[in-house]
Amino acid sequence: MKHLIQKLTDTFSPSGYEDAIRDVIRTEIKKFADEIRVDALGNLIARKGPSTGAQGGTRVMVAAHMDEIGLMATHVDEKGFVRFTSIGGVYPRNLPGGRVRFVNGTQGVIGLDGGTFGNDLPPLDKMFIDVGASNKNDCPIKTGDVAAFERPFLDLGNRVVAKSMDDRIGCAVAIEALRALRSTPNEVYFVFTTQEEVGTRGAQTSAYGIDPDLGFSIDVTGWGDTPGQRDFDVALGKGPAIKIRDGGMLSDPRVVDWMISTAEKKKIPYQREVLLGGTTDARAMQLVRSGIPVGCVSVPCRYVHSPSEMIDYGDVQYAVKLVSALLHAPIKLPLVGGK
Amino acid sequence: MTDILPFLKSLISAPGLSAYEGPVARLIEAKWKPLVDEISTSRIGSLHGLKKGRGKSPRPSIIIATHMDAIGLMVTKVEDGFIHLDEIGGIDVRILPGTPVIVHGKQDLPGVIVMPSLKTLPEGMRDGAIGLRHLLVDTGLLPSKVASLVRVGDLVSFNTPPIELTGDVISGHSLDNRASVAALTICLEELQTKSHLWDVWAVATTQEEETLGGAATSAFHLNPDLAIVVDVTFAKGPGADSWETFPLGKGITLGWGANLHPYLYKKFKELADKLEIPVAIDITPTHSGTDAYSIQVAREGIPTMLVGIPLRYMHTPVEVVAIKDMQRAGRLLAEFISGLEMDFVPKISWDDEDGK
Amino acid sequence: MANRTPTIGAAQFKLLEKLCRAVGVSGGESEVRKIVLDEIKSFVDEVNVDALGNVLATKKGRGAKRLRLMLDAHMDEVGFMLVADDGEGLYRFKTIGGIDPRNMVGKQVVVGKERTPGVIGAKPIHHTTPDERKKPLVEDTLRIDLGPESKIKVGERGTFAPNFQRVGPSLMSKSLDNRLGVATLIELLKASYPNVDLCAAFTVQEEIGLRGAKVAAQYFKPDLAIVVDATPAKDLPMQFDGENIFYNTKLGLGPAIYVSNFSTIDDPRLVRFITDAAQKAKIPYQVRQPGGGGTNAGSIQRAGMGAPVISISVPHRYTHSAVSVARIDDWKNTLALLHIAIHQITPALWK
Repeated sequence: MKHLIQKLTDTFSPSGYEDAIRDVIRTEIKKFADEIRVDALGNLIARKGPSTGAQGGTRVMVAAHMDEIGLMATHVDEKGFVRFTSIGGVYPRNLPGGRVRFVNGTQGVIGLDGGTFGNDLPPLDKMFIDVGASNKNDCPIKTGDVAAFERPFLDLGNRVVAKSMDDRIGCAVAIEALRALRSTPNEVYFVFTTQEEVGTRGAQTSAYGIDPDLGFSIDVTGWGDTPGQRDFDVALGKGPAIKIRDGGMLSDPRVVDWMISTAEKKKIPYQREVLLGGTTDARAMQLVRSGIPVGCVSVPCRYVHSPSEMIDYGDVQYAVKLVSALLHAPIKLPLVGGK
Repeated sequence: MTDILPFLKSLISAPGLSAYEGPVARLIEAKWKPLVDEISTSRIGSLHGLKKGRGKSPRPSIIIATHMDAIGLMVTKVEDGFIHLDEIGGIDVRILPGTPVIVHGKQDLPGVIVMPSLKTLPEGMRDGAIGLRHLLVDTGLLPSKVASLVRVGDLVSFNTPPIELTGDVISGHSLDNRASVAALTICLEELQTKSHLWDVWAVATTQEEETLGGAATSAFHLNPDLAIVVDVTFAKGPGADSWETFPLGKGITLGWGANLHPYLYKKFKELADKLEIPVAIDITPTHSGTDAYSIQVAREGIPTMLVGIPLRYMHTPVEVVAIKDMQRAGRLLAEFISGLEMDFVPKISWDDEDGK
Repeated sequence: MANRTPTIGAAQFKLLEKLCRAVGVSGGESEVRKIVLDEIKSFVDEVNVDALGNVLATKKGRGAKRLRLMLDAHMDEVGFMLVADDGEGLYRFKTIGGIDPRNMVGKQVVVGKERTPGVIGAKPIHHTTPDERKKPLVEDTLRIDLGPESKIKVGERGTFAPNFQRVGPSLMSKSLDNRLGVATLIELLKASYPNVDLCAAFTVQEEIGLRGAKVAAQYFKPDLAIVVDATPAKDLPMQFDGENIFYNTKLGLGPAIYVSNFSTIDDPRLVRFITDAAQKAKIPYQVRQPGGGGTNAGSIQRAGMGAPVISISVPHRYTHSAVSVARIDDWKNTLALLHIAIHQITPALWK
């Protein structure tokens, strides 16, 4: 599975510019899905399972976002330096000295106004990207061009590091779960969503279109096990986290119970997650149409939104097991619906 | 008018935090069942009670929405027998030290939120109000026992008992918004002996304190022609004397602003004046701060109105509300509903936007 | 009286609960005084109430060379007094004794003999600014709300609404400081100690300056005194790296023996005597960290010609707040230690 993770994380697709990653994922899944379509916002939707929901079948939407955070050029100055703004949650701390790759292939380095010596951290608008151009005219970048972080994939054995683990690792889990799902009584929609990082937008429209009975997202969550981290009780290597709450959403308690009892029955290690900030596609899914009971399976991830996000390979494999177990059998939630 | 106090007291003695409204939903369902024709639950837990109208089918429908969720806390960490917290909904942390709570672990455990010994806090965090990340819950139990009974994600609800103060006033936690649920219940009781043409949906919404999500999804699902939201508003009290506050026990409020339809304001004001129910205008120029915000833009838009019940010390465990105001709200709603003609909606006009 | 060993059973829990649910704010201790008088009158030789409201009881010993031992437990608790009527049931108040304003807001209270219920509310969070929210509420901006038809007059005292609970190994209640001390002293009076003349002072106004004990000591003129109080345990986990070295005392380690605090340096001979007694009887005990705080021992030590003093206290968390927490075992061991120690008091102490 590491090969797949590398293929996904090596792709450059910031929010709104997901063509490249969509093609990579489509190639991976087309043999396994019963039906594939792309909706108006570019979400890649793959159905597995009987279309009209057989007896005891439930329509489930599983979302993993394929976009990543990035930068967009706002201005190229006379000397060919590229000013930029953020796409999604980009923190100044993670930028100085970093490398980026534009969607058109151009590579560059992030510099700071006034140089790299000193202790202050300037805001984004006092940084620039240096693509090696000598002036505006020979700079291959123009206003509106889009870039993402560039950093080589690093396999440390138990731990794997790459940019865009958020949420290519979720995509990897979803792809593997789809591959493993030989048969299911449920009508399962694996949705590789767009524009999560700028406001869970793809999830909203895809959920509206699918109108599932329940749904969950697969995304990274934070970490609590490095120096100075005190508030978050999730660690790498202790299994996937079952999200109870995050900064934007309260998971439906029935979905939480279903996930926990499935994990316990299959002896899959798991952690209970209450995240104080951040949110996922599940938030958008919950409030679409008449409402959808939702939850989230999280992969604990260190250094989230930096170019070197680290996950535990064991956690990822357990996440695949958990998602597969959830989708494989009939789902027995007390799904009270209205009329 | 029947005595709403025992029901209200039961509502503010039951937990029902956003997304976990089960316990209070069951109480409301039991109370509404004999008052409506059908009762059901939305996909994310809101309660829908339908009282059918007498008008010829297809009848227009109106929803009266009151949120049943309340603010509270959730366990983020259990360490050395102490419990760390996150909030659900917006809590004023200044009021938390010394507040009795129940930790809903494997058993319900009584506890108290405590101010930690100042020297155990980082420098710079010891003055002023102690932040939520540094407050702790002490359950009186030893660390090994706490670790076996309490887990990350368990809920923590206020455990302040309801008390009656002089002047027919009640104090307790979660009067925001159980006081409005009580008012809606009074309305349903009045409608048992008042005929009405329209279908009436009594809706107890979920997750208002977090996402306004229950209201948005119920409005989408029920797709009514009109919506009235009942929520609490700010009563005058210590430190609260501005134009946004209203005297306690001296009347209810009618919302005015972009979130609410001026025609509905006009109709409600006329009716209140006719019935001699004292009302004041509650001005919210843009966002009403209630479920009305998400209901108004559901589907293709719904004309929405807001009725307010003044409440002191909002979002603390000692909120205060006057019983008379709940009764006034219930009565006004019932009279409005029973006066709705079948052709009310086509008659809604924007011409006199200056509804006052 | 039979020489019973004081123990803590159902009757004692019941009495403690009664004491904790009583309202007796410094200067207005009547309700507690009444309970104390009822409980002790048939166990003592003489009892009277002095000009400040202290209950002063004596039990004579037998035999020559008896020391005159004073035991003190203060009856008062922290609270407030209504000072101005703002109308509509809202009252300004001033706290009596040290209460951190951060522990007052958002609480239920009771006022006066009738225990009229009220609340101390707060300006709604929606109308506060982030800066405002970081600052604690100042007492002057808080009001006690008794409902719009309140007829309560200014001058009435009140405190946190009573809330006693026994939970697992713990007691959770308001005013564990010092109803634990009062309950303990009552139990000691039900036993007999012929080796000493026992002078029991249930004192007033400790929280506002150790005042009742001052005059009680003048009255009794003891040879030595033991003060029974409740002392803070600040034994919470550190929320940043480092060790908690300012815990004062810890729950579960037994009665806390004072060596020194802001008001007193406890007599080293008494410190040694008590710790020896504890060790011999295998009763767990701890030494309260020196520095800070004060007990009635300070007043007693320097009243009139003075006397050697020591304080022995039950540890409790969250002092002077709506709910304090103490361990039942610490209370039991405090009572046991005092009982054993008093029995061993002879003039040989001073050698």
